[in-house]
This record gives sequence, C-alpha cells and structure tokens, in this order.
Amino acid sequence: MSTDVLMPALSPTMEEGTLAKWHIKVGDAVRSGDVIAEIETDKATMEVEAVDEGVVEVLLVAEGTEEVKVNTPIARLSGGSDTAPAASPPSAVSAPAPRAVKPAPEVAAAPVAAVALEADVPAGPVKKLSLRDALRDAMAEEMRRDGDVFLMGEEVAQYQGAYKVSRGLLEEFGDRRVIDTPITEHGFAGLGVGAAMAGLKPIIEFMTFNFAMQAIDHIINSAAKTLYMSGGQIRCQVVFRGPNGAAARVGAQHSQDYAAWYGAVPGLKVVAPYDAADAKGLLKSAIRDPNPVVFLEHEMMYGHEFDVPDTEDWLVPIGKAKVRRVGKDVTIVAYSRMVGFALEAAAALAKDGIEAEVVDLRTIRPMDAETVAASVMKTNRLVTVEEGWGPMGVGAEVAARVVEMAFDYLDAPPARVCQEDVPLPYAANLETLSLPSVEKIIQAAKAVCYR
Amino acid sequence: MARQAASKKPKAAAGSGPASDAPDGAELLAYYKSMLLIRRFEERAGQLYGMGLIGGFCHLYIGQEAIAVGMEAAKRQGDQVITGYREHGHMLAAGIDARAVMAELTGRAAGVSQGKGGSMHMFSVESAFYGGHGIVGAQVSLGTGLALANRYRGDGKVAFAYFGDGAANQGQVYESFNMAELWGLPIVYVIENNQYAMGTSLVRSSSETHLSRRGASFNIPGEQVDGMDVLAVRQAGLAAAEHARSGKGPFILEMKTYRYRGHSMSDPGKYRTREEIDEVRKTRDPIEHLQEKLESLGLADEAALRAIDADVKSIVSDAAEFARTAPEPDAAELYTDVYSEAAA
Ligand SMILES: Cc1ncc(C[n+]2csc(CCOP(=O)(O)OP(=O)(O)O)c2C)c(N)n1
Ligand SMILES: [Mg+2]
Repeated sequence: MSTDVLMPALSPTMEEGTLAKWHIKVGDAVRSGDVIAEIETDKATMEVEAVDEGVVEVLLVAEGTEEVKVNTPIARLSGGSDTAPAASPPSAVSAPAPRAVKPAPEVAAAPVAAVALEADVPAGPVKKLSLRDALRDAMAEEMRRDGDVFLMGEEVAQYQGAYKVSRGLLEEFGDRRVIDTPITEHGFAGLGVGAAMAGLKPIIEFMTFNFAMQAIDHIINSAAKTLYMSGGQIRCQVVFRGPNGAAARVGAQHSQDYAAWYGAVPGLKVVAPYDAADAKGLLKSAIRDPNPVVFLEHEMMYGHEFDVPDTEDWLVPIGKAKVRRVGKDVTIVAYSRMVGFALEAAAALAKDGIEAEVVDLRTIRPMDAETVAASVMKTNRLVTVEEGWGPMGVGAEVAARVVEMAFDYLDAPPARVCQEDVPLPYAANLETLSLPSVEKIIQAAKAVCYR
Repeated sequence: MARQAASKKPKAAAGSGPASDAPDGAELLAYYKSMLLIRRFEERAGQLYGMGLIGGFCHLYIGQEAIAVGMEAAKRQGDQVITGYREHGHMLAAGIDARAVMAELTGRAAGVSQGKGGSMHMFSVESAFYGGHGIVGAQVSLGTGLALANRYRGDGKVAFAYFGDGAANQGQVYESFNMAELWGLPIVYVIENNQYAMGTSLVRSSSETHLSRRGASFNIPGEQVDGMDVLAVRQAGLAAAEHARSGKGPFILEMKTYRYRGHSMSDPGKYRTREEIDEVRKTRDPIEHLQEKLESLGLADEAALRAIDADVKSIVSDAAEFARTAPEPDAAELYTDVYSEAAA
C-alpha cells in the first residue's frame, strides 16, 4: 500500500510554493517527524515533517520546482504501517471542497477611459515591490535619515517580523533601534508613547491590530490627547502600525477592521493604504508627521507587487484621497484591500454599461471628503465599501459627509457594503457570506443606479 | 444558570475526588492512551491543515501532552478549565469527543463550537471547558473570574487556567494574581513553559525566568514541575488543587515542557535548531517515558501497547473522516448567537 505525500499549505494564505529542497531520496525509510523537504512560500522557507511512515518510492516533483499548488502529490511512500487516508484529496461526497483563499484581485493600474486621472505613480523610474518590502523600505529610509526613529514590537528583530515586514532591519540598524519586546502590548505601547514624549520617534508594530486592543488606552488616552491636555507642550510623534482587517479563516478575535475605531478619535491620524506606492509614501509621511499616526496595513496584501517610484524621497501626503478610476455613473469609495475589490467590481460593471468612479480614501482621518463629494456631484450616486462592520462605520461617515456637502446632487440613497453585523465566523462558507465581495459591490452599485 | 458537571469523563479522572497518591495500573494505561490520542490527533490535524481542510492558525500540542493529561487527573467533576489557542489537547484530555473537536477544526456544524469558533475558539460548557482564547493572556483574568464565581457560590470547585511562558508577561496576569490571592480564590495557574513564545525564547523576554516565582510578590506559592512526566504533573496538580480547594487561595505550577512543532502551522522555526528539538524528542518524550514505565512495571507488553495504538488510530481516523465529510453550518447560522435569546 502506498501513500502520497501532498504539497502542504503552510499558512492561512498559501496557495502554492516552491519545493526548494528534498531531504529524502528514493529508498529512504521515513519516520513520522523526519524532515522531508524544504518549501518556500512568499514569506519564508519552511521545513516539512513527515506524518506518514514508509519507504520513499518516488519523488514526484523535482527540487527547485516553483508554483507547486497545494495538495499536489509531491512524493509517494510505500509500506506505511497504517491506513492514513491522507493521500486521497478531500473529495468525499457531502464534503464541500476545501476553499482556496481568494487572492486579492490583481488590478491593472490603468483604468479604462482615464480622464484627468492621476497616474498611480509619477513619471520616472519605478521598481516592482511587494507591499511588505515597500513598508520595510519606508522604515529603513526613515531610520537612515533620522537617528531618533526606531522600531519596537513583538518578533520584529530576530524573527524578522511575524509577517516579515521588518526583514533585514535588525541586521542594518542593530538591536538598539530594532527592539524585540515581550508579549506586553499595553506596556510597550506605553513605553513607545513615553519615548515619544521625550522626543524620540518610535514606530510601534503590533503583530496585528487585534492585539492593539490591549494597548488602545495608550493610543487614545496617552498619545492622542497629550498635546491638547498639555496646552501644546508635549507632542507624540509615534506611528502605530501593523496588519488590520480579516486575514483568512483566523476567526472572530483575529479579524477586525479598526479604521472606524481610530478614525473617531481627535488627535490621531489614521492611514490605510491600498497599493505599495501609497504604502511606502504614506508610511514615510507618517513617520515624519509630528502627530500620532495609526497606520493600518493588510495581511492579505503584503505579498502583492506594485510599481513604486524608485527614489528615496517618495512621499504621499496624509489626508488626500485618490481617484483610481474615472467614471460618470456611480462613485465607489473604499480603502485598503477593498480598493482592489472596488476596481474589480468597476471593471465588471463597465461590461454592463455602468461606469464607476473609484475613490481610494487612503487616509481615514482627516478624511478627504472634498474629493469624495466632488465625485458624487458628478456621478450622483454613492457606494461605500469597508471590511469592518457597517454601524458607526467609515461608510456611515462618508455618507454623512456626502449628505452634508452634496445632498442636492444625490439621485439615490447611499449604499454601504461592509461585513455582516456579526463577529467573523470560522466556517469557510459563513466567512465568505460575512465579508464584502466583488459581487456584493456590483449589486450595490446596480441598486443605487436602479438597475 | 447552574452548569452541569461533565458526564463523560475519561476513566482516569476520578469522579468522586482526587485519585489516591499512587495511580493504579489501569490509570497509568489510561494516561498513556490519552497522551497518545492527543499526539495522533494533532499529527492528523497538521495533515488536514496541509490539505487545506483546516484553515487559519492551527497550534499543535505535540510534546506537551503530559500536562493536560496529568492535570486532568487532579480535577474533580465540575472543576473548570480555560486556556489559550493551543487547546485541542486539553479538550481531548477532558474527554470531549474527538469528532466534535476535529469537526470544529474543519469548520463544520458538528464542531464543538458549531463551526463558528475554529481551532483557537473551542468551548464545551458541558465539560466545564471555557475555551479556547486567541488573545494572549486573556484566559488568566477570565479563569480568575471563574474562580471568583466558585467562591461566590461556595461550591467547592477549582478553576484551572493554563497559559504560556510568553503570556506570563502580560500585565493582566499580575492584576489577576493580586486579586486571586487577596480574595483567596480557588484557582490553579498552570504555566506551560515550553521555552518559546512564537520565536522568542524565555531568556529573551523574561527578567525572571523561574516562572513559578512569578507570584512571589503577591504571596502566591509556586512550584516548578517536570511537565514531560505525566506522574509528576499529576502529583503536583493534586497538591495544588487541594491547596486551592481548601481555601488557601491560588497556586502556580510552572510546567517545564517543549513544543515539537512550529508555533503554528506557518512558523518557519528558524529560532532554534533541529538538534535541540531532536534532543528533547529523544530524551524527554512524555509518551515514550510512560511507555517504558508501563513495560518495566509489567503493566503492558508489546501486544497490549499495540492494541492501544490501534484503538487510538481508529478514533483519530474516524474523527478525521467525520470532520472531512460532515456538512458546513447552515447559512442562516451566520446571524444566530450574536445575542442571547435566553429569558431576561
Ligand atoms: C495579545 C496578543 N498578542 C500577540 C498575539 C500573537 N501571539 C499568539 S501566540 C503568541 C505566543 C505566545 O507564546 P506562549 O504564551 O509562550 O504560548 P505558546 O504558544 O508557547 O503555547 C503570540 C505572540 C496574540 N494572540 N495576542
Ligand atoms: Mg511558550
């Protein structure tokens, strides 16, 4: 009896990987726990341990093969001691097929019918960068520029970042400026704010923003309010950054969008970029900003590559939205990963004769309501998209601003696409139902166009 | 809202009171089987994760089995357990159905949390198992609250709150310690010191690495225990539970242990060497340790061990098959359980 060894998924978001190295060869006896191979994902190289036991009959995928899909048989073992059904791909009758995580849509930069549309990046040399590396470069450049900037958080140094955003920074800047903390969010956020009060410029990384709830007191009570309470004496030049929003199947406590939470607080600036150029330019601006900035990243976007201006002084101003697609029929306002969804929806809507204008907020607070209102004055219809809950949400705020600024221009009530009003469920089918999708955006756009 | 005590505890756990000081042969065999079940279950869970059937984060308990199993023997009916996201083993040790645990991992309606919680958020009030928490350190305050309820009701129950060496640095742990001792709450804090918090070793995160001393400034007694030895765990657990139950307040047990696998399924594990892991596996493995004992005491021969092995494998295979084929939750379940419908 033989057992197939399948290409394993090694993270919540992995769909394929490189089979970097085999540690076994044909004829080897493999025991459970032996390292059989090394697999490279976009984040890291991982060792794969055998679960089944047996003798290696054949290696089905050669060392160095790239883009090996999860669940592809990569080797076959013979004579295993038990009847592990692991080999058979999960296709049992009543079982839903395992859902591959839907990647964020790859949206081409150039939208159709671009009129007076800012290019995604200015003319000049560009290089392709993943969001992960763009963020890293932003921090590295600012740390080179200013000795008061330092990075502190869990696993940022030796581990190179839980999501590998700080890769290489410890090597370049040393452990005085790239500091691993214990798991004590409330404590190290407070230390960060205190150091900022003393004039340093900390970047505080939260492994994810879910854990920043431990520290939210310092973000709001200490960082956001001190300038005001001290009559302008003490400022807090600090950036709180990390992944925000839903990853994939990580459940209710690890999947929350905090844009609306921090967006409600005077004294904070809140940024949530979509592409790598904005991520880099906005993070550099955030680090230089004399105020506390909450910088919301998205785990599902870290691996995505975009063109980024190849220059050290690429700055994107905080507080300015960006029209990413020009259209005349409906305005879709989104931020962070949802911008990609909105662009994909707009492309589909165009096929049905609806030209959507997509506005990427980029900054949640201070919100660029002028750009949104100007768009609505042209299209007369508004759809907002956010990953978080609708009530008291970013979309609610956008709609309120539009009603205040462009009430007479609206031809339909604004529509909000957002997470269903429940904690995020784990089950794959319920999770899909719960989150915003391209399809939900298309439906909302059609509804406000009465189509 | 009186909680019913667990009805289907494993034989090893004494139903009527703490087991006597020396466990008998049947108990030893039950510990062996329980640890083996956890190990095989977790190996299979890792495999199902690799196949995409389990999503998100999945933290395996492999290497730490002796703690959940040994402590289970120190529990009485109705005593509560609460822990973090690395909780599959505690649930199996508490006798919770392997099918329901595995089906939660695959996100199916038959899972212990009906597929809505996932790997990190499993609960079974029927078995006095209060989760399954994803925020590092949260279970320590919550567990102390369970103990507060026990004292409030005077029902003689003890709460067991498990947490890691990394969690031991969270501020709320010390806020809880202070109140627990101040108010004499019946709780045993079980620190599962596997020496790493994700990629951070204990010495890189802790100024006091003897975690059993972490209660010193609150006057909470503590003890360091070989967490790879199920009998040592059981012994220490019985004494600590007795301390808490008799009204003397909290007790801290620091279990020295080791996790064999990565922090979660997506941990490249570059912060320690393969040799370090192999060394522990070779010299301190809790299951092999007990197996040798069983053999040397003449309590089980090879055939008997093989029979246990086969039994465990069939439980795990059955659970995996069940979890693969059971239906997902009904779409309408998306909106249930947000608010309780219980009468006000
Ligand atoms: C408040 C909070 N911060 C960070 C995390 C991310 N995280 C999950 S587990 C973990 C390490 C915990 O280590 P330890 O307490 O030693 O437990 P172990 O995983 O070793 O069982 C971290 C940092 C989290 N879940 N919650
Ligand atoms: Mg640990």
